[in-house]
Amino acid sequence: MTKPLEIKSGFAFFFLKECRTFAPIFRDRYFLSFMHINYFTKFLFIGLLFFSGTIFAQGVEHHIDVPEGANNAGMEEEIDEDIEHHIQDSYSFTFFSDSETGKHYGFPLPVILWDDGLHVFSSSKFHHGETVAESNGNHYKLYHNKVYKTDAAGTINYDEEHHPTNAKPLDFSITKNVVMMFVTGLLMFLLFAGLAKSFKKGPIATGAGRFFEPIVLYIRDDIAKPNIGPKYKKFMPYLLTVFFFIWFLNLFGLTPLGVNVTGNIAVTFALAIITFIITQFSGNKNYWKHIFWMPGVPVPMKFILAPIELLGVFIKPFALMIRLYANIMAGHVVLMSIIALVFFVQNWIGGGLSLVLAFFLSIIELLVAALQAYIFTLLSALYFGFAVEEHDHEEAH
Amino acid sequence: MEIPGIVGGGLIVIGVGIGIGRIGGSAMDAIARQPEATGKIQTAMLIAAALIEGIGFAALFVS
Amino acid sequence: MDKLINDFSFGLFFWQILLFVLLLLLLRKFAWKPILNAVNEREDGIKNALAAAEEAKKEMQNVTADSEKLLKEARAEREAMLKEARELKEKMISDSKELARVEGDKMIKQAQATIESEKKAAVADIKSQVANLSVEIAEKVIKEQLSNKDKQLKLVEDMLGDIKLN
Repeated sequence: MTKPLEIKSGFAFFFLKECRTFAPIFRDRYFLSFMHINYFTKFLFIGLLFFSGTIFAQGVEHHIDVPEGANNAGMEEEIDEDIEHHIQDSYSFTFFSDSETGKHYGFPLPVILWDDGLHVFSSSKFHHGETVAESNGNHYKLYHNKVYKTDAAGTINYDEEHHPTNAKPLDFSITKNVVMMFVTGLLMFLLFAGLAKSFKKGPIATGAGRFFEPIVLYIRDDIAKPNIGPKYKKFMPYLLTVFFFIWFLNLFGLTPLGVNVTGNIAVTFALAIITFIITQFSGNKNYWKHIFWMPGVPVPMKFILAPIELLGVFIKPFALMIRLYANIMAGHVVLMSIIALVFFVQNWIGGGLSLVLAFFLSIIELLVAALQAYIFTLLSALYFGFAVEEHDHEEAH
Repeated sequence: MEIPGIVGGGLIVIGVGIGIGRIGGSAMDAIARQPEATGKIQTAMLIAAALIEGIGFAALFVS
Repeated sequence: MDKLINDFSFGLFFWQILLFVLLLLLLRKFAWKPILNAVNEREDGIKNALAAAEEAKKEMQNVTADSEKLLKEARAEREAMLKEARELKEKMISDSKELARVEGDKMIKQAQATIESEKKAAVADIKSQVANLSVEIAEKVIKEQLSNKDKQLKLVEDMLGDIKLN
C-alpha cells in the first residue's frame, strides 16, 4: 500500500490486456452473456486486484505481446499523473488543463515562503513547475509539487535514490486545499450563523437551517450525550465543528472541483491532534489512573498494562488520522481509476460499464463522506467520554 | 527470498476483513433477534469496526 | 509510512490548525451556543407545555372526580331522603292504620258496649213492656176469665206454672 497509484494502474493495465485478448470471442453473440459475467466477476474482484495488482499485472505483461504497448504505457503514465495531481495539494487552482496545447485553466494562488525572510509571490511564476520563480534574489522551483530552493538555472540535485537534495524552504503557501478549507469555513459560518439568527425570530428554524438542525440535534443526542455523559456540553462546539467540517470537505472532494482536503495527511493529522489535545487536557484523575495504575487488576498486571494503555493514548488519534485519510484517499483513487478505465477499454461496453460503476461508486462515496465524518466525531466523543468519565465503583473493573 | 511488503498488506486486509465481517454478521444476527435495539447495535458495531479498521490502516501504512 | 511523511506538508498543517481553531471559536460564539441554547429553550418550552398540559389534565380529572363525588353525594342524599320519606310514609300509614285499628276497636267496643246496654235497655224495656202487656193481657184475660170462677182458678194455676218455668 506504499504505492497505491502503481497498483491501481497495474490493475487497469491487466484489464486492458484481458479485453484485447478475448476480443474475437466477444464478437460471437453467444458469448455476449458470458462476457457480461466475465466483466462482472472481474469487477467483483476489484478489491483483490487492487491489492495484488502489481505482481499480477507484471506477470500478464510478460506473457502477452501487445503491439501498442508504448502507446498504452504513455496513456497509463498520463492517467497516473492526472490522478496524482488530483489527490495532491496544488499551488494553483486548476480546473482542467489541455495537455496538447499545454494550457491550464484556473487561477494562481499566493505562495508564501519563509527562507531567511518572507517571500510572497504568485504561483503563476512557477508556470506549473516549468520555470524557476525568483523572489528577492532567491530562486525556487517546483518538483513533484514541492517547492525547492535552486540556483538561477533551476538545477535540482538528486541523491542515489533519486530524491532531491535541494533545500526546502518553510512553506506557508495558500494552496488549493487551504482555499477550500477557507471556503468551507466561510460556508459553515454563514450557514450556522444564519441558523442561529433564524432561531432569534422564533423557535423553529427557517431556510437551509431546517435541514441542518436535525443533524445538530442528532450529534447532540446520539453522539455526544450517550458517549460523553453529563459533561457533554463542553465538547459540543468541537464535535459539531469537526463533523460539519469533515463532512463538507468530503463532499467538496466529490465535486468536479477536484479537491482532496480530507484525504491529505496534514489535514487529518491536524484534526486528530486537536482531538488528542482536548482529550488529554480534559482528562480527570480517573482517566490518568486508568492509564498508569489500572484499578481492579493484580499489581504485576498494572505494570504490564501501563505501557499498553499509554501506547493506546497515542494510537487512538493515530488511527483517527489514518482512517479518515485512507478512506477518502482510497475512495478518490478507486473512483478516478474506474473513470480512467474508459480510456483503456475503448468500446461502448467497457465505457458504459465504467460509467455505471463510477456512478454507483460515487453514491457509495457519498455515504462514506458522511460515515467518515460521523465516525471521526463519534470516536472523538468516545475518547472525550473516557477522559471525563467518573467511576464511583472502582471494584467494578 | 525477500517477501514484498504488499504480501503483509494482503494479510492485514484478510485479517481486517474477517474481523469486520464477523462484527457485521453478528450485528445482523443481533438486529434480527432484537429489531427494536437496531440503533444501539449499529452504534456499537460502527465503533468496533472503526477500531479494527484503524489498527488495520495503521498496520497497512507501516508495512 | 515513507509516503505519509513525504506527503506531509507543514504549511497545510499550519493553515489547517489556524483556520480550524478560528472557525471553532467563531462558530462557538456565533453559531453553536445560540443554536444549542435556542434548541434547549425550545425543548424546555415543549417540556413545560407538556407538563402544564399534564397538570391541566390532572386538574380536570380532579374536577371531574369532584363533581362526580358531588353528584354521587347528591344522589345518595336524594336516595336517603326518598328512603326516609318512604319510611315516613310507611310509618305514617302503619301508625294511622294502628290508630284506626285502635280507634275502630275502641269504637267497636263502645258500640258493643252501647249495643249491650241498648240491648239490656231494650230487653229491660221489652221486659217491662212485656210485663205491662202481660199485665194488660192478664188484666183483660183475668177480667174475662174472672167472670167465671173456675176459669179464674185455672188461670192462676197456669200462670203460676208459667212463672215457675220462667
